[in-house]
Amino acid sequence: MRTQLRPALVSLVALTLITGLLYPLVVTGIAQVLFPRQANGSLILINGQPVGSSLIGQLFDAPKYFWGRPSATSPFPYNAAASSGSNLGPTNDALIKAVQARIDALKTADPDNPLPLPVDLVTASGSGLDPHISPASAAYQVRRVARARGMEEAAVRQLVSQHTEGRQLGILGEPRVNVLALNLALDTLK
Amino acid sequence: MTINGLVQIGLYFVVLVALVKPLGWYMARVYEGQPCGLDRVVGPLERLIYRLCGVRQTEEMNWKTYAVAMLLFNGAGLFALYALQRWQGFFPLNPQGFGAVAPDLAFNTAASFVTNTNWQAYGGEMTLSYLTQMLGLTVQNFVSAATGMAILVALIRGLARRSALTIGNFWTDLVRSILYILMPLALLLSLLLVSQGVVQTFASYQTATLLQPASYAKPVMDANGQPVLDEQGQPKTEPAMAAEQVLAVGPAASQIAIKQLGTNGGGFFNVNSAHPFENPTPWSNFLQVLAILLVPAALCYTLGMMVGDTRQGWALLAAMTILLLCFIPLGLWAEQSGNPAFTALGIDQASSAGQSGGNMEGKEIRFGITNSVLWSATTTAASNGSVNSMHDSYTPLGGLVPLFLMQFGEVVFGGVGSGLYGMVVFAIIAVFVAGLMVGRTPEYLGKKIEPYEMKMASLLILIMPIVVLGFTAVASVTGVGTSSIFNPGSHGFSEMLYAYTSMGNNNGSAFGGLSVNTPFYNLTGGIAMLIARFWWAIPTLALAGALARKKLVPAGPGTLPTYTPLFIVLLIGVVVLVGALTFVPALALGPIIEHILMVSR
Repeated sequence: MRTQLRPALVSLVALTLITGLLYPLVVTGIAQVLFPRQANGSLILINGQPVGSSLIGQLFDAPKYFWGRPSATSPFPYNAAASSGSNLGPTNDALIKAVQARIDALKTADPDNPLPLPVDLVTASGSGLDPHISPASAAYQVRRVARARGMEEAAVRQLVSQHTEGRQLGILGEPRVNVLALNLALDTLK
Repeated sequence: MTINGLVQIGLYFVVLVALVKPLGWYMARVYEGQPCGLDRVVGPLERLIYRLCGVRQTEEMNWKTYAVAMLLFNGAGLFALYALQRWQGFFPLNPQGFGAVAPDLAFNTAASFVTNTNWQAYGGEMTLSYLTQMLGLTVQNFVSAATGMAILVALIRGLARRSALTIGNFWTDLVRSILYILMPLALLLSLLLVSQGVVQTFASYQTATLLQPASYAKPVMDANGQPVLDEQGQPKTEPAMAAEQVLAVGPAASQIAIKQLGTNGGGFFNVNSAHPFENPTPWSNFLQVLAILLVPAALCYTLGMMVGDTRQGWALLAAMTILLLCFIPLGLWAEQSGNPAFTALGIDQASSAGQSGGNMEGKEIRFGITNSVLWSATTTAASNGSVNSMHDSYTPLGGLVPLFLMQFGEVVFGGVGSGLYGMVVFAIIAVFVAGLMVGRTPEYLGKKIEPYEMKMASLLILIMPIVVLGFTAVASVTGVGTSSIFNPGSHGFSEMLYAYTSMGNNNGSAFGGLSVNTPFYNLTGGIAMLIARFWWAIPTLALAGALARKKLVPAGPGTLPTYTPLFIVLLIGVVVLVGALTFVPALALGPIIEHILMVSR
């Protein structure tokens, strides 16, 4: 047992230096050279100031903006320093109440919207930071956003389709709309 | 199940199986000490480590020495990781100024990462400094995976050698696993992930000005940082505005690559691979979910090569793949069907061109139902435990799939190394059962299976249910256990069952609602993880030693060939029977009763 003690301690130190220090430093070095934008958080800069990340959602609840997924982070929604899902179970009354409140908010902002309400617009995302909504959820909100901005619905719809990403390579993932990018584009129009 | 969903899952398995042979072949060469292409680059570093350690590369160990070396190395790692967390406040690379981790949490986390479980009772971006994540967690991601691979290789040598007293050298198996296999793969994967948007920086958290400042209800805190309660006992709130968004970043990609390749699963951020900085695109998701099963699958081929009959490896891989493929459709159907309570509220959950539909609570748009379910099944079939959606919010049967897959003892792919050595144990039990049926002495790969081997195998498969069900029972009848429950009713029982199933099988995924950062869960869970890991590892090495000593029995007319479809079916049958007989009663109290309640509402 004594003979194995030295290799146990020495190899732990050596492997710690290699895998814990050398490896992340090498990855960081290469990443910062090859992909500096992605490695630092895919920030969106306006006049040199960060207004968000193209990968992280923000809270929107004004009628003139497209709204993103409900977020369960605390103490406020879309807290990107403390990611969290709701963890509410499917039969928990608290989930049903929360969903009902979200339906009410959407209906109040746009009464008698004839479209069916897509499920992703009233359910909290896994991360609480989901930057996307489904194309159906964007379509649902076109009428409200157009009215609040005094724009033609067709113009808003066209902007939505410009910001709709398909599946990667035509196969992987799901079609989606980046809410922050879409809202930034709306603000530059007007 | 949609057409596109089938195509995505089909593509996944085609790519996975296509990579099994090249990687498996390569790993066999690494473990047999043959030239493998990286010798020029890595060789000098490898020899330097041996010289510092005072180890001779050719020195062979018997199983007891091998076990002692493995235990000493892991014991030292456990102690170092505990100390690092307790003292992280005194060390550099801590831009957020995090203080010492509490003792019970530090023990749980140290046990968790040393045992390749990566159960996380803490939120990464709120608790740990960059230094702890790197020198503590990333290191254990590598070495705990390499430990599993080393034990597997020792068992394979036990099967392949005849009349031998030794089963290899732990130090060379450990170091070669890391330098020749895990590190090159992790380097490649982490750069691919960064190209998709996974962060990799040592800068402190970024701040962005919000387009629309957010108003919210902020909990009022007293001087001690405790929430103030109003007359009704509810936490008091005051209106507040958030004009900025603080974006947590860090050296994430390097850790995420090894967390997937080493079936570790511990995330850099709290929500693991659901976080857009940890898993930003469908392509990054494909790479990560591929990495979950890559090494465990390829090791089957390595086993076949090293025992001199690749059909044996393919048979084990076939049994694993078939079992996994049986469960994915159930998960897809349950999650795509959605929540009946939502339908009652008039919400559209149908899959269409405009949305993936289904139960989207706790899921991300870019992954939808298909990639969320594929991930939840593979991450629990393997003992990975990373998540890209919140399992606690799954429908009852959708949540049963990951729960049941873990309860097979993490042998359906399982952990790197540990999954396959578990599956070999089940294969030994399968030949024993077959031997009983026809009244002949059982053999596996030309080795007679005798009472000693059967005792070791039985010891292995009995301990896991005792740990899992025992701790779940204790938790469900004590206040310290039940007070952590988040969701009421049978779902609350599922949360506790899931927690101990996950820790008792070294998986690490969770029904995240359960408040597990309590002394009770931290201590019982830490013990469960240590038992699950080392109770398997030590008898496995004993088995390896016993098998190595045996002579080879030439195959006779009464020998059951262990590469035929018949044997694959028999093996699947044994795995399913042992798992189902043990866990169906507990499952009935949790997800099954919840499903019945949900559809009858």
